[in-house]
Amino acid sequence: MRYLLGRLAAAIPILLLTWSLVFVALQAIPGDPVALMLGGTPASQEVIDAERARLGLDQPPLVQYVHFLARAARADFGDSFRTRQPVTTMILEQAPYTLSLAFGGLLVGGLLGSTLGLLAGLRPNGWLDAAIMTAALAGLSLPGFWLGMLLIQVFATGLGWVPVLGTGPVALILPSITVGLYLAGSLARLVRASVIEAASQDYVRTARAKGLGPVRVALRHVGRNALIPPLTLLGTQFALLIGGAVVTERVFARPGLGALLVEAVLTKDYPVVQGIVVVITAAYLAVNLLIDLLYGAIDPRIARA
Amino acid sequence: MRRLLATPGARIGAALLLVFVLAAILSPWLAPYDWNETRVCRRLEPPGAAHWFGCDLYGRDLFSRVLYGARFSLAVGLGTVAVSLVFGASFGVFVAYAGGRIDAWGARAIDVMLGFPPIVLAILVVAVLGVGLENAALAVGIAGIPRFARIVRGAALSLVQREFIEGARATGARPARILWRHLLPNLAPTIIVLGSLDLGNAVLFTATLSFLGLGAQPPTPEWGAMLNAGREFIRYAPWTMLFPGAALFLAVMAVNLVGDRLSQVLDPRQRSQT
Repeated sequence: MRYLLGRLAAAIPILLLTWSLVFVALQAIPGDPVALMLGGTPASQEVIDAERARLGLDQPPLVQYVHFLARAARADFGDSFRTRQPVTTMILEQAPYTLSLAFGGLLVGGLLGSTLGLLAGLRPNGWLDAAIMTAALAGLSLPGFWLGMLLIQVFATGLGWVPVLGTGPVALILPSITVGLYLAGSLARLVRASVIEAASQDYVRTARAKGLGPVRVALRHVGRNALIPPLTLLGTQFALLIGGAVVTERVFARPGLGALLVEAVLTKDYPVVQGIVVVITAAYLAVNLLIDLLYGAIDPRIARA
Repeated sequence: MRRLLATPGARIGAALLLVFVLAAILSPWLAPYDWNETRVCRRLEPPGAAHWFGCDLYGRDLFSRVLYGARFSLAVGLGTVAVSLVFGASFGVFVAYAGGRIDAWGARAIDVMLGFPPIVLAILVVAVLGVGLENAALAVGIAGIPRFARIVRGAALSLVQREFIEGARATGARPARILWRHLLPNLAPTIIVLGSLDLGNAVLFTATLSFLGLGAQPPTPEWGAMLNAGREFIRYAPWTMLFPGAALFLAVMAVNLVGDRLSQVLDPRQRSQT
């Protein structure tokens, strides 16, 4: 419990500072938000002043900053310049698409990465290890957007097995593979290193000496212990997942937070940029916190230290 | 050098890398057409003897464009890594050496920067600076700073405790001299490995931003931007995305193969074992 509170106390200032950085960054953008909002439409000075007062832009920066933090904590990011909708509504509309894509990618990447890493690590320096590690390096070098296009070309356009576009469960298959391969390469390398480490432990030798079969030793003794260290790195993996989702949404013309973010940057729709960045950083820190706590639960030595 | 090329992977990587470097340097002489000359062939003409990689929507020769693309990718890759490395490593070394409260605050600052997923940080920087290849490359460089700073700080912290630094301090060497003559040479292997492992990633990341429309703008023959342009007609003209993508993949793979081997050769722990 003490461990949990300690981690939570450490995460909150980081989140606040991260948000502050977002506020400062967006303040640094040249140009007046009201002018951007009007987008060149002529307006009288009174209208502009009224709009500035409504948005709180006539307040000193420090007051604006406090308002920003207070509103961000309530998940209120104002209205989009472009659609005039509340940013929170737009984010809530798009989030399920990104979440389902991220989940699909995590499933594909997690299964593929840990299986390949386990296979490679059990016989280090064998031919299978060499093949898997080369494949993992290729996976890390593969541009996700190119892979997505190749998958569309082969399985959707060529073979016609899945629809090219759409948002149903079947249309989720190719995007999930695209996002998943982002993860699989780095995960396979982590799991391999961890398996080699775990296989050299005394308890594995004991298990072998007891006469347990190789499959049982691999799964029960090596595999279980070897998956703990890569779990702690899932936070970094989550960052890869977000990157993969942003790119994949564009390749497959899927809706989602990544697509919305890129569009908002291109159209200078700063409230939307701000809202999405604030939400993603909060989610990122929350996932990292959760992993820390999970790790503490799995390995009691960590929580007590 | 001979140890570096001892594995087949490293040899293939080095050979590929050499091809890309040559392509980048010699593209004005090797390219059969001007990269921006339109109507040198039929729109979306398939690959053939005259145009090896086919043509794009504006009748530009894709082979010439892919060749010129090597220049952008290599230059951008080196530039972004230089930004991450110089700022990240100096920050890491500085706070680790200063120690005490400065180190504690420095570590906290790194944690805050790491609170952003790299792609989100890069997109935020582009949002502030504006769209374009240079800004995208700078954004990728900035997004890499916290990771470099964290690793270099960790490595420097373990060095600062060692006897030779204490000895240098005891003989009255100035901090600048200790940093430059004692800390930096010992951190060099770590920094080189980090940089080489990050190079492929940086090339890929910048191309990704270009693909999203946030980096290089048309008609620049940058591979990510070319893929973005080819995205809409992959059905009718798959070669418009096949060749720039393959070039990007092979270039990144080449860098990663060499970087991977370099990290094995330079890893201080492994060196002491062999």
